[in-house]
Amino acid sequence: MNRLTATAGNAGPKVRSDCEITIEIRQRGGIDIDLTSKVKTLYGESIANQCNEILKFFKIRNARLRINDSGALPFVISARLEAAIRKLIDAGQEFLPGMIKENRYATAPDRFRFSRLYLPGNTPSMMINAGLHSADGIILDLEDSVAPDKKDEARILVRNALRQVDFRGAERMVRINQGETGIKDLRSVIPNNVNLILIPKCDTADHVKIVDTEIKSIRKKQKTGNPVFLMPIIESALGVENASAVARASGNVVAIAIGLEDFTADLGVTRTAEGKESLYARSRLVIAAKAAGIQPIDSVFSDVADMEALRQTVIGSKALGFEGMGCIHPRQIAVINDGFAPDETEIEKSMEIVIAFKEAGKKGQGVVAVGSKMIDQPVVNRARKTIDLAVKLGKLRGNRISDQSHSKS
Amino acid sequence: MSVRTVVNAAGRSVPLEINGKPVIPFKGAGKHSPEGGKYSPPIPSCRDFPGDGNKVVSSLEEALKRCGLSNGMTISTHHHLRDGDLVSNRIFEIASRMGVKDLVWFPSASFPCNDPVIKYLNDGTINRIEGSMNGPLGRYVSEGRMKGTAVLRSHGGRVQAIQDGEVRIDIAVLAAPSADRFGNAKGTGGTSSCGVLGYAKADSMYATKVIVVTDNLVDLPCFPMEIEGNYVDYVVVVDKIGIPEKIVSGTTEITKSPDRLLIAELTASFLEKSGILKDGVTMQAGAGGTSLAIAVFVHQILKQKGWKSKFGFGGSTKYMVKMLEEGQMGYILDAQAFDLDAVRSIENNPNHIPYPVFNAYNYHSKGNLTSMMDIMILGATEVDLNFNGNVVTHSDGYLLHGIGGWQNCLHARNVILPVPLFRDRIPVIVDEVTTLCGPGELIDVIITERGIAVNPLRKDLIRSVRNSGLPLKTIRELKDEAERICGKPVKARFEDRIVAAVKWVDGTVIDVVRKIKTK
Repeated sequence: MNRLTATAGNAGPKVRSDCEITIEIRQRGGIDIDLTSKVKTLYGESIANQCNEILKFFKIRNARLRINDSGALPFVISARLEAAIRKLIDAGQEFLPGMIKENRYATAPDRFRFSRLYLPGNTPSMMINAGLHSADGIILDLEDSVAPDKKDEARILVRNALRQVDFRGAERMVRINQGETGIKDLRSVIPNNVNLILIPKCDTADHVKIVDTEIKSIRKKQKTGNPVFLMPIIESALGVENASAVARASGNVVAIAIGLEDFTADLGVTRTAEGKESLYARSRLVIAAKAAGIQPIDSVFSDVADMEALRQTVIGSKALGFEGMGCIHPRQIAVINDGFAPDETEIEKSMEIVIAFKEAGKKGQGVVAVGSKMIDQPVVNRARKTIDLAVKLGKLRGNRISDQSHSKS
Repeated sequence: MSVRTVVNAAGRSVPLEINGKPVIPFKGAGKHSPEGGKYSPPIPSCRDFPGDGNKVVSSLEEALKRCGLSNGMTISTHHHLRDGDLVSNRIFEIASRMGVKDLVWFPSASFPCNDPVIKYLNDGTINRIEGSMNGPLGRYVSEGRMKGTAVLRSHGGRVQAIQDGEVRIDIAVLAAPSADRFGNAKGTGGTSSCGVLGYAKADSMYATKVIVVTDNLVDLPCFPMEIEGNYVDYVVVVDKIGIPEKIVSGTTEITKSPDRLLIAELTASFLEKSGILKDGVTMQAGAGGTSLAIAVFVHQILKQKGWKSKFGFGGSTKYMVKMLEEGQMGYILDAQAFDLDAVRSIENNPNHIPYPVFNAYNYHSKGNLTSMMDIMILGATEVDLNFNGNVVTHSDGYLLHGIGGWQNCLHARNVILPVPLFRDRIPVIVDEVTTLCGPGELIDVIITERGIAVNPLRKDLIRSVRNSGLPLKTIRELKDEAERICGKPVKARFEDRIVAAVKWVDGTVIDVVRKIKTK
């Protein structure tokens, strides 16, 4: 005989915006819901209705539910109940809450990925306002931040979050698990308009291809529209050796990232603030990415209280050629965005270069100098890129260049 | 028990009588004109006091007996010892032992450490509490278990009630960190320093009998005195009036919540872009984590611009002290010190000035401090579509907080409420507040993590931020967003019985709290 009770979700004095649901499937007696909640007065009826609807969907007619709620939003309650039910019955269908219209957007392969905020995949309280902090990307993490026995319920929660939580234009990313669990993750999240999948502990190009093939097959069945990009994370010596192949493993790879905690562990060295031990690996990764025409992304900075050290790390990271970094706390986002964006001096200098180049072109001069420095085409290209970036980031008005060149002519 | 009610100017159904005494329904902000004279306590005579000035008696019980403690009396206390108060509960313990019944406790606020008074409410020693109550006391009242009806007043409303004679204090028991034998007392010194005694001044002036209780008897004169010995009947010396670490938090800290920090940043940005923040600005912010973060961001802006705030009104914290010490604030006027840095500053810095709440908040006065403040940062449990605010009950109908200085502070030039759009699943912006504590016409700006709503009455403010790039929304848009995320909440259900009355700053009744319906 099957096990008849199961529990999913979280409860406890420090838990917020979550609930723990225990379901006991019975032979008779109808549905009995025992709700403990601080929002019982306001939403007790609504919670009961929601649970009844879900039980009906899964054709459960006799059950006792014990809900210990700390103000969970509907998408969380629904995920917790479904997760508990799935522990007891082999349900074919998913109970999908509606996809809000704000969540249907696609992203472009070359969009900025300065900052991407990691969110533990089984902690709803951190998801609800994550979109407010202006990260370029939001990562719903199913891998390291989720305990092994919580993987199944996290997958359902993340799926519901992708449908119901407005991340306000941030690139919607999921970090999947390795191996079979990762494939299960993909089947759950891909049909829900994920923009990008992070592949952890990526050692070889094959690793990327397996994920890419699986995504393609899911998408064929589901007929979902928007592209799904890939960001492999290199976290081992072997991965660094194969960085170039990983970067070129699929046309969907838009960035490669490095994970330094695992990398230094693999090397058997200590991760230091100055990072000598990872300098080669990081540079190698940057070169592999740039050669493949994709973005190199740096590891996270783990001291969430030290913003000055983070600022310094970003400066160093940018200097090596990285184009973004992971965040583990929303307060890191502004520092990282600001650090990777071109600063005033860079913007001014780029404008000087482009203007000088235009002037020279008008006069038919082949050689251009700004101050005592000769400039050539690649320098001009980089300056143009910086200006485009500044305009897109709102640090520069789009027409300022033509204004200036006009006034100088 | 059904009483006759009328609908007041705020549209709330309120009684004409509370605890057997007639009351005036709210007439609108600034509409009620008080009549008659101020209350005066009986005239004392030096004849009845020791010529050597020594008013020390052997115990609190002895002092209470000498004051003639008897049935039905009103006993007042202050809350400067906060959650470390060891004096208030003692009074009722003694009264209970003496068999005294039906007392009215009139504290300036109560704290969790006062929960044991529930025992004396149960045994009939206390008939009712007229003062803020939170936690278990609030629950007790909401469930209709208190015999009398609670009366909730703001800090300013409390001194107004004392001055106007609405509340006649029979015995004021004033705990004092330092006092001399004549009864001069102050908030600093000894082991129970709380900084200031700003809430006790009116009690000392208007009570029939005044007892000063101290654990630090100093030589006469106890200087600078906040309570003047000429008002004091007896002095009691005890081992301990309070638990120091619960009187002031060692340190107050700004919020670590990224969402609250976002609200604080938005608030500072609003203050800057609207032009409210300027050189010479006057301001007040509370001791909550978000308010403190706002103070830090505002401090940064003042520094950057080379501006200086003329003065700030306390409760003071280390962040305000920092502004004072680094030169971005001219003076701190202070009715209560929240942390050790604030206590230290008030002891040492001549520009950190004790300022009794009596002078700062009393509406029946020849002007007061609150209307002179440019920036007022306040909280709320609920705000509704008309910008009305609630601070005493939660959406589930339970009494949970006191009014504090909240209503008084609504008279500032720019009243700004930085609040989350919802707390867990509980929306803060609602159709109609559960309990009305402050009329919307006095509330100017609501700042949430998901947008800022400016009161349509403040056309000037709306103009000033129109092109600021700030996320401006209507209050209805904010409410709709909260409901889209949380679902539409069901309103709390109440029985008819009135368990608490909420007074406005002028002593009129703005709303009532009714007994919660439990199934």
